[in-house]
Amino acid sequence: MVEFTLNGRKIRSQMSPDTRLLDVLRGEFGLTGPKEGCGEGECGACSVLVDGKLFNSCITPLANVRGKTVVTLEGFRDSEEYKLLEKCFADAGAVQCGFCIPGMIMASEALLLRVPHPTEEEIREGLSGNLCRCTGYNMIINAVQMAAEKGDGLW
Amino acid sequence: MKDISVPVEKKDHRMKMSGRAEYTADMKLPGMLYSSFVRSEVPHALIKDIKLPELPDGYFSVSGSDIPNNHCACITDEQPVFADKEVMFVGEAILLICGPDEKTVKKLCAETEVIYEELPAVVSLDEATEVALGYEYHKGDTETAFNNADKVISETFRTGYQEQAYIETQSAVGVWDKDKGKAILYGSMQCPYYVHSALMHSFELDESHVRVVQEVTGGGFGGKEDFPSLLGCQAVAAARKSGHPVRIILNRREDMSVTTKRHPAILKYDAALDKEGHITGLRADIRMDSGAYPGLTSVVMQRTLLAALGVYKIDNLDVKGRAMTTNLVNNGAYRGFGAPQAFFAIETLMNHIADKLGVSPLSYRQMHFVKQGDETGTGGKFWHHVPIPEMIEKAEEMSDYSRKYAEYARPQSGRYRKGIGMSIFFHGCGFTGSAEKDFIKSKLTLHKYADDRVEILASNTDMGQGLKTTFSKIAAKVLDIPYEQIIIENPDTDRVPNSGPTVASRSLMIDGKLIERAAERLKAIWEPGKEQEIMEQYKEDRECVPWDIEKFHGDAYPTFSWGLNVVELQEDTLTGNTDLLGVWGVYDVGHVIDERIMEGQAQGGILQGIGYGSMEHMEAFKGRIRQNSFTDYMIPTAMDTVNNGIAFIDNLYKDGPFGAKGAGELTLVGAAPAYEAAVEQASGRHFMEIPLTPERILLAE
Ligand code: FES
Ligand code: FES
Repeated sequence: MVEFTLNGRKIRSQMSPDTRLLDVLRGEFGLTGPKEGCGEGECGACSVLVDGKLFNSCITPLANVRGKTVVTLEGFRDSEEYKLLEKCFADAGAVQCGFCIPGMIMASEALLLRVPHPTEEEIREGLSGNLCRCTGYNMIINAVQMAAEKGDGLW
Repeated sequence: MKDISVPVEKKDHRMKMSGRAEYTADMKLPGMLYSSFVRSEVPHALIKDIKLPELPDGYFSVSGSDIPNNHCACITDEQPVFADKEVMFVGEAILLICGPDEKTVKKLCAETEVIYEELPAVVSLDEATEVALGYEYHKGDTETAFNNADKVISETFRTGYQEQAYIETQSAVGVWDKDKGKAILYGSMQCPYYVHSALMHSFELDESHVRVVQEVTGGGFGGKEDFPSLLGCQAVAAARKSGHPVRIILNRREDMSVTTKRHPAILKYDAALDKEGHITGLRADIRMDSGAYPGLTSVVMQRTLLAALGVYKIDNLDVKGRAMTTNLVNNGAYRGFGAPQAFFAIETLMNHIADKLGVSPLSYRQMHFVKQGDETGTGGKFWHHVPIPEMIEKAEEMSDYSRKYAEYARPQSGRYRKGIGMSIFFHGCGFTGSAEKDFIKSKLTLHKYADDRVEILASNTDMGQGLKTTFSKIAAKVLDIPYEQIIIENPDTDRVPNSGPTVASRSLMIDGKLIERAAERLKAIWEPGKEQEIMEQYKEDRECVPWDIEKFHGDAYPTFSWGLNVVELQEDTLTGNTDLLGVWGVYDVGHVIDERIMEGQAQGGILQGIGYGSMEHMEAFKGRIRQNSFTDYMIPTAMDTVNNGIAFIDNLYKDGPFGAKGAGELTLVGAAPAYEAAVEQASGRHFMEIPLTPERILLAE
């Protein structure tokens, strides 16, 4: 049994400590924000925040988040920051198939928490662990840039 | 009134952003079982025996004997749903084991032992001798052209596999409705009615006893054109046997190893030149790896051959293609569908000839461009305006191509060297030949509800390309009602007529036109507050030279979309690494239905094309795909791209809705040769093969 804070609530997972965090989130807690794109830490589709930092939940054992704070898209999507990102992603045309997007949003949030006014280079770097096959990235980069500008003070 | 091309928020934006969109892996059905495959470990063998471990209660093993007709229908039906007597490639499915616990299912698969009697296997295109299929066409008198040639230039090009690498792997959930004797399949797919006919064929069911529902699909790019039919049959077979819904999700390595890819090809070209350097005759002899089962190879190859002479008018032609049978994974559809191989070859050939003649590649191309009214290689006609001159003008303005070309052509020294390359290309819009009229016969419906909302009922899928939005915009614009008043759901074959597959850049041009027509008719009879319905069907009334596949003659496409790419880069001569400095794309896709969506198509397509030309290296070794993960098969990341310059040339096509033509595939087709040309200028060398990885660049030094 492992206790941690998931999207603002203290919870207890019944799964064994070596279970992949991704399986706990999707299987035990029914969250669909984190996706599995590779299962090997290469694509970022499963990205979540652990104590505010970006983690690939597919290669994070449950035991590693004991006592920590885990945030998935579900725990972020009611925030002001999310609403702004949602608008900027729409205005930039940053979403195609959408499969990479929950991970991209969490990566964007992790980046903006760290660097509220990132340069283009910093955004590219911040999102470089998240693969997207549809968009060619540039429209996602624009969206994040737009959010950083408009969200002055939010992050 | 605003032009239709003014962007709107996509229909599915919020749902996808917020993680609420339901992809196949997010589905939960009561009693649903997990599954895993036992797959062939060898490229070619007879199956002598299968030793299954004892299956606990509630676990099932599913094989070909569980399927009334163990053949998967896709153009032909040679491929079994599960290999029963003989395996033809590594990774071919032999059994599916399903049950309530995922780990147990995997363990049972690992414990299953298949006894093979190995047979000789053909594990590379080079050694293949069996021709699966082939086509050829001829024009003029090549022999005389070559006899009278001032110079003959011969080159052989090679292109590798390319993996679609959609981020959502292939997935399906099969259900068997025992009471009705009905097969139901949910999944990630491009073509619900392809899956529908495959299920009818394999389970010997009539139309009304098969239902296929597309779930939100995480990218396709051709990879979910035919493969979901096979997966669908496998899932339904398991559901039928177990009496439970069965979910199949391929893991990434499995997906990369066993799903269809872009055909590797060897393209041999001979060009006859006159004194001024004009190409007077061209011979192209193209070999492609068809894999173990041909699948879509025939239609892919047709497109390759039709693209073999590029955007040039060449009067004497011998074009020949053969697809070779190997004991390798099947190849199939990938955005561009056979054209990227041919455009890489012809565009690179043009650059090499120009270089040998000491003229600039652009001025050399200018001696050969086709224009409206010219005959195509197969005796059809370029019926519509060919906007190459405007595209070049636009590209020069954005990229300063000619000035930079001249600058980088001067001798360079030092570790970092620059180059710039251009490619010009087309994409034949829609299906090759007469398929639209003879086989697809697309139908769709507009249904108006009493509350005056209008639903589009069509089988076309949105896999990220924005079809729900563009379709809705067309209907809303014609009906003159708010875009929010249009409903469009993921297709369910119980609800939607067959408006054809979502392939070949056909949906918007062909079915979008049907929506436009249906909406005009609905508008004419519109009665507020009343439920009304309009059905519209494809008809062909344009002027054309009828396509004859036997003679490979006539108009293969109703029209063409046109593209131009420029790539500028810097090469590190020590490591062979390149840094992109600029990438530009100019496209004619008729009239753009949504500027932002179209820009997304261009951005994404270009990067897939650059990946194809530069880093996406995949090969089979002893019959096994070597690079089957994102660690080994590298696709571009956000660090590998620059801010592309994109522009569109407005060139209305009267048979498309609001003047639109095919768009999705075009954007990938020309990036690889432009990239290669830039590397060639920077390095001062000619290359004959893509992907042009840093290793290959260095090896040539
Ligand atoms: S699924 Fe975790 S990184 Fe790809
Ligand atoms: S939008 Fe499809 S993978 Fe990013």
